Amino acid sequence: MRVLMFGWEFPPHISGGLGTACYGLVKGMNHHNQEVIFVVPKLWGDEEELADFVNASDVTINYREKKFKNIWKNLTYLEVSSFLVPYLGPEEYQKFTDYAIHDRTDVDESIFTNKYQFSGKYGKNLMEEVSRYALVGAQIAKDRKDFDIIHAHDWLAFPAGIAAKEMSGKPLVVHVHATEFDRSGESVNQPVYDIERAGMEAADHVVAVSQLTRNIIIKKYGIPAHKVSVLHNAVLDASIIKSEYEKKVPEKIVTFLGRITFQKGPEYFVEAAKKVIDRDPNVRFVMAGSGDLLNRMIERVAELRMASRFHFTGFLKGDDVDHMYAISDVYVMPSVSEPFGIAPLEAVRHNTPVIISKQSGVAEVLMNAIKVDFWDVDAMADAIFALLHYEGISRMFKELGSEELKKLKWEHVAAKLITVYEKTLAQQS
Amino acid sequence: MRTICFYFQVHQPFRLKPYRFFDIGEDHYYWDDFLNRNVIRKAAQRCYLPMNALLMDLIHQYKGKFKVAFSISGTFLDQMEAYAPDVLESFQKLVATGQVELLNETYTHSLAALKSKEEFNGLVKKHQDRIKELFNGYTPKVFRNTELIYSDSIGAMVAELGYKGILTEGAKHILGWKSPNYVYSNSQDTNLKVLLKNFRLSDDIAFRFSNKTWADYPLTTDKFVAWLNAIPKEEQVVNLFMDYETFGEHQWADTGIFEFMRHLPEAIFKHSNFSFSTPSEVVDQVPAVGKIHVPIPISWADEERDLTAWLGNDLQDEAFDRLYEMEKQVKGIKDPEIQRDWGYLQTSDHFYYMCTKFFSDGSVHQYFSPYDTPYDAFINYMNVLSDFMLRVKEAKPEKKSKA
Repeated sequence: MRVLMFGWEFPPHISGGLGTACYGLVKGMNHHNQEVIFVVPKLWGDEEELADFVNASDVTINYREKKFKNIWKNLTYLEVSSFLVPYLGPEEYQKFTDYAIHDRTDVDESIFTNKYQFSGKYGKNLMEEVSRYALVGAQIAKDRKDFDIIHAHDWLAFPAGIAAKEMSGKPLVVHVHATEFDRSGESVNQPVYDIERAGMEAADHVVAVSQLTRNIIIKKYGIPAHKVSVLHNAVLDASIIKSEYEKKVPEKIVTFLGRITFQKGPEYFVEAAKKVIDRDPNVRFVMAGSGDLLNRMIERVAELRMASRFHFTGFLKGDDVDHMYAISDVYVMPSVSEPFGIAPLEAVRHNTPVIISKQSGVAEVLMNAIKVDFWDVDAMADAIFALLHYEGISRMFKELGSEELKKLKWEHVAAKLITVYEKTLAQQS
Repeated sequence: MRTICFYFQVHQPFRLKPYRFFDIGEDHYYWDDFLNRNVIRKAAQRCYLPMNALLMDLIHQYKGKFKVAFSISGTFLDQMEAYAPDVLESFQKLVATGQVELLNETYTHSLAALKSKEEFNGLVKKHQDRIKELFNGYTPKVFRNTELIYSDSIGAMVAELGYKGILTEGAKHILGWKSPNYVYSNSQDTNLKVLLKNFRLSDDIAFRFSNKTWADYPLTTDKFVAWLNAIPKEEQVVNLFMDYETFGEHQWADTGIFEFMRHLPEAIFKHSNFSFSTPSEVVDQVPAVGKIHVPIPISWADEERDLTAWLGNDLQDEAFDRLYEMEKQVKGIKDPEIQRDWGYLQTSDHFYYMCTKFFSDGSVHQYFSPYDTPYDAFINYMNVLSDFMLRVKEAKPEKKSKA
């Protein structure tokens, strides 16, 4: 089987879990000798050779194709005066607030003549890039007929998936790693929701990263339950990492690592930290990452007068992430809404006990973790205190964690995915 | 006697290097040597060397009639010694003419006056010793606290140390209908005279000189002398206080600031009856007209002329309180590096970078800050401080075992 896959990012150039999940999935597909054509808006050239990569920025669009104009017309309505801020960091956000989104409504032939240089990021031209990406999807589907099924990851790639389906008539699977409700709570960006819904409706099958996400898809997007399967994420490598990093401070370290945005619940971590520090000042809390709530968190920490015990590292990547996990004594993921959440599994690999919110998909697969409601800062503080002070429980978590990880491999996920493909193809014929 | 008193603040902080959470407990050197050296070298070329040469010319030209005063912070003295011995030498030559007065302040340009008398006195003494060492035994007689920060009680502390005068801002909300062009005395100890900055005329040079939207642009020496002559006859002293970097750094050479200063004395001598005096001459010769009451500290910063440039928001207060919490512990430690860092960490600039008053004077803060945002400044400072706290904690038992 050969799959035409549309993603938005691929390691090593990633900003979040989506890229990591795509990587794991492609690797799992390789394990089962399945071929993947992987399209990303921008290739950097240092991606691992796991798939037949297509750089969307290199694809020349043939504007004479009539169908393209129809696709483009359907897409432009998305762009009109939509003020969209999905995953902006603070700097980008600042730039973005000065910017009124492009207001082009005409369909100009010249639009189609050139190649389009994608940034492949989540910047201010996101909507334009998503639309352009759809045209690229159509072009690729037209040029290459050597695939059996189309697979699109998250809303950014949904229009490309839909366009490819329209051009080729091949079945489409959409993969939901996160929904707009996870990112923005109840104040959803309508254009994003519309794209997500259009993708799920156009798809022959929908794959969700957790039961939690599946429920949202059924309830909030009105997709029939039989059309939605759960495919939990996994870890790239289940082996326990022997730490090479040595902790330089005498205190125990409790870590939050992720985007500092509404979705990740950073404020609950801060409030819980205060409760713990009041009881035991010999603890350091670390908030690693960046996001639009970072400055508010810094102010709150200063206001609570615990800044010499609560540290901010900014955005971490590469070795620094491993370093952070390795020197942590407890890892906390207080997400308000987390479709899956790979990070706690990484923490387990580093033998770090984890506390996760019940509102996360990973809670469905990770048994040896303390689970609390994201809003329950008292329970969170209790759990942190317990893991720091009661050796027994953290030792048990460490021992059982590695066993648990072995069950969470990407090749298992890929095997399930292949079954989904087969069923979908069977329905077609 | 009608006289002009020029005073220049010469200060550079030891800026922190980017110090990460991972460095805590591991890396105990906090200072950005490369950046600090660059700042000093750049300012030396643009400001310190050409302006010192200009002042030297004026002193020679007017044979004892032209004089100025400097307050050179200890952190500046240290950096000059390390990065700009040529600048140090030119200051030494200026002081040797006898026409240049040096003022005392806290060694590290700190805010200690607001927190701890003991620490304040210690830093003043250290600055005094350092000046003596570098300037051939020179002993300052007049005091200038960090950024002209002053209150009745700070004045009383300074008087207790034996100084006969102190410089501060002629803040509107303190003066009311009164004029800054008189000598006043401290309200608690009348032996201490208080010189107030004439902020209108000072800022005409320091801030407005190159502002093309200013109604009085361009500022000429004739215009400036006309304003001096317009001051009522009975008002005797015009205090022109400003950052030394005004010359060539804040106002670039091409604005004509150097030419303005070169010709100002001539215009003043020709067209007015003003002379030039140093602060200690003013303090000695001009009697005080009355007490000035400053119950709440003032400064020369921002529109408010208060402490809000350094203290008041949560970031600043947290950093400030955590720092001074350690005072007693640090006192007991002999380690020279801990003592050095303790001083440098007190420098007011660190707190200035954390100021969040974006809408009024934020742009000025931004101009002086090596950080993108006050939040970055805070995080970096707290990371450093956290490491420093660990060192202080560890250093303590060592000392006990020796004792």
